[in-house]
Amino acid sequence: MSPAIELIAINKSFGAVHANKDVNLRVERGTIHGIVGENGAGKSTLMSILYGFYEADSGEIRVNGKPISIRSPNDAINAGIGMVHQHFMLVEPLSVVDNVMLGAEGGAMLRVGEAKVRAELARLARDYGLEIDVDATVGDLSVGLQQRVEILKALYRGADILILDEPTAVLTPPEADALFGLLRSLKEQGKTVILITHKLREIMAITDRVSVMRRGEMVASVETADTSPPELAELMVGRRVLLRVEKAEKIPGAPLLEIGDLTVVDSRGVVRVANASFTVRAGEIVGIAGVAGNGQSELLEAIAGMRQPALGTIRLEGRDIPSSEHNPHRMRQLGLLHVPEDRLRMGLVPAFPAFESAILGFSDEPRLGRGPLLDHDRLIADLEKKMEQYDVRPPAPRLKSSKFSGGNQQKIVLAREIERNPKVLLVGQPTRGVDIGAIEFIHRRLIALRDAGVAILLVSVELDEIMNLSDRILTMCGGRITGERKASETNEQDLGLLMAGVTDEAA
Amino acid sequence: MSAPLDLPKWADTVLVPAISVVAAFLVAGLVVLGIGENPLSATRYLIQGSLGTGEGLGFTLFYMTDFIFVGLAVAVAYHAGLFNIGGEGQATLAGLGIALVLNNLTFLPGFLLIPLGILGAAAFGAAWAAIPGYLQAKRGSHIVITTIMFNWLASVLIVYLLVNVLREPQSMNPETRAFPEAANIPFMHDVFAAFGIEIPASQLNLTLVLALAASYFVWLLIYRSRLGYAIRVVGSNPTAAVYAGISPARIIIIAMVISGALAGGLAVNELMGYQHRLLLEFTSGYGFVGIAVALMGRAHPVGIILASLLFGILYQGGAELAFEQPAITRDMVVVIGGIIILFAGALDGLFRRAVAHLFTRQKLARA
Repeated sequence: MSPAIELIAINKSFGAVHANKDVNLRVERGTIHGIVGENGAGKSTLMSILYGFYEADSGEIRVNGKPISIRSPNDAINAGIGMVHQHFMLVEPLSVVDNVMLGAEGGAMLRVGEAKVRAELARLARDYGLEIDVDATVGDLSVGLQQRVEILKALYRGADILILDEPTAVLTPPEADALFGLLRSLKEQGKTVILITHKLREIMAITDRVSVMRRGEMVASVETADTSPPELAELMVGRRVLLRVEKAEKIPGAPLLEIGDLTVVDSRGVVRVANASFTVRAGEIVGIAGVAGNGQSELLEAIAGMRQPALGTIRLEGRDIPSSEHNPHRMRQLGLLHVPEDRLRMGLVPAFPAFESAILGFSDEPRLGRGPLLDHDRLIADLEKKMEQYDVRPPAPRLKSSKFSGGNQQKIVLAREIERNPKVLLVGQPTRGVDIGAIEFIHRRLIALRDAGVAILLVSVELDEIMNLSDRILTMCGGRITGERKASETNEQDLGLLMAGVTDEAA
Repeated sequence: MSAPLDLPKWADTVLVPAISVVAAFLVAGLVVLGIGENPLSATRYLIQGSLGTGEGLGFTLFYMTDFIFVGLAVAVAYHAGLFNIGGEGQATLAGLGIALVLNNLTFLPGFLLIPLGILGAAAFGAAWAAIPGYLQAKRGSHIVITTIMFNWLASVLIVYLLVNVLREPQSMNPETRAFPEAANIPFMHDVFAAFGIEIPASQLNLTLVLALAASYFVWLLIYRSRLGYAIRVVGSNPTAAVYAGISPARIIIIAMVISGALAGGLAVNELMGYQHRLLLEFTSGYGFVGIAVALMGRAHPVGIILASLLFGILYQGGAELAFEQPAITRDMVVVIGGIIILFAGALDGLFRRAVAHLFTRQKLARA
């Protein structure tokens, strides 16, 4: 039997960047095939070529053994290839039926097309267990169900080969499990699934084969059963990496950050954080686990002084912070530093040279210049030193901030904040978009800070990261803190329930 | 992913604008051809009239002084992410400031009057810009809309004041009486004559030196000072500013104040340097030229000086051209200016992309 997809010697360059170098890929029919690689390894480019967003500079695509040319997503759809994007392409105010029909209305009058869509959706629900309320408004559906609509859209268009790009990034663990169940039943029905992810656990759990990309090249394609996460990580990075950082047990010290009944209301009057209360002690990492968008961002911003809470108290080193002092500037002076979750929007200024981004938030420190002027030579020399300590590549302080990779940008931000000896450090998504090698480095740094007695509040949507680094874990759902666990006494299922809003009291 | 648009600095700041100007002149030449005139002789008159004679050069530099101030004004606001269209109105009010200071403090000696007059211009220009700045910062009223409205307000306010309040009773002209002579900024030909050097007489005065000093000040402010850093953070990434503890509202107002004060330089050059009284419409639309100058100069003081020189040449040379080749009217000259603005501002990206493409190709070929 010829493979569902065969890519032969695919090449694609963007300017000077060779994003895909002689890439070969063979995906057998009726299998789940994982593609892993660090950010910028060329996975997305390769899939975009397969789906017709880009055209390869050279190389051949074969679908079911037949060479075809894919110039647009329409060609891909006609060849039976469907794609579920990381960011959904849905029209939220429309119903499920309308969304599925969109672009495949089948004529000027909707009635005929709609009947066909309903019949087809009923069949898909029967065959694959893809049940959904077809008349629900998409915007009202949970993220997991919205993703299901995306899958239905692809299947409705006759997809035999389904590409999913980081499908679990937005899902709770139970939703991710449901998705995997669905992918398995698709496989049983003879569909082919290509899964792009950076989570090795998922690869191990669900794929039949896995291909690894590194710097634009396909470095390995193996049976999942014959490999292991450490081996895959090594293939991705090109050297050995530790997936788990070692940390010693430590008795935390005095409470440095105490949050009492913090409530945050956004500009539209929606309550984003409701009555959050917790404490972070010296030498302790408290992790906040939760699906993205459940109030974690607002919580961090409110503590840092970027937004005024509607209610609640913030105590730093045992002292109440009055609202007159509750601004980012003053909080920094008081020793509360903040590695923001969105590097490009907050952590640095993409258009600035790195040495200017490296003083964001501290531009009025007297030692950085004389009087009203900044001493550029000094800033550059300072950053040069830090770049060496933090292994930032390239070590070029004058390079534009946007030109660094995600991991190196994060190191610049981290160096800036850590260098100023925080008492309390807020850390948001420290490894989002960061490659595995840099993740290891960043995790070690955070552990070292904790061991040095800093109180760290860590927000991350990566459950692995939270469980790996934290001493204590809080879960957030819908703006509420739904549970608290010692990291050593919990597991993913337990946290998953709490993140889904099943509180201790209810259980 | 798109092709990277990163160019070496010299290409970004000199090569691309130069290509834009050449392209603009080619298209303008076609327009001149279209009306049946000789573009080569037109170009000669343009250059000859603006740079070829001492007097022409003096006028060119006089216009350049105007354009530097308004260009800097637009640039400072631009770095804070604001489009200050209000240079006209701010300069107009600055003129009022000059008149009020100079004609009320006639008893002071020149070495006090001149700085006070300049301060009056800066203060009034700044105040007129501060109001739209405040409205943008605190109320979210869009700065483009409010500054345009404030241009109109300034223009009718000055008409009212000149006709009803400030006009000399016996005069029929809507203008103030002459400023005290001690307050006149010396003409360049007088300054040179004092050192025994003869240069042809023109409107060019010492305000040019002030304009160059202001350029240096703006460079220092924007690229080297803590305040300038904050201004650029707000302009480039407002969320990062909030994160950094920089108040965008405060910076917006400060940037507009500096911008308005710089626009006041136009009034200093025109009134204290040349007209020696406040009169109607002395700004002649130069406030708008400042937008083109700042765009073309990429909001950098050096670029602004060069762009101002170019527009000075266009204004002075254009006047000569209209005189020598009457078929090319002043309106035609405005068209040519417009074409340059179009190429340097709106179509700038076109050439930038093409040049960037060439550069990456070259790099690839070398690699």
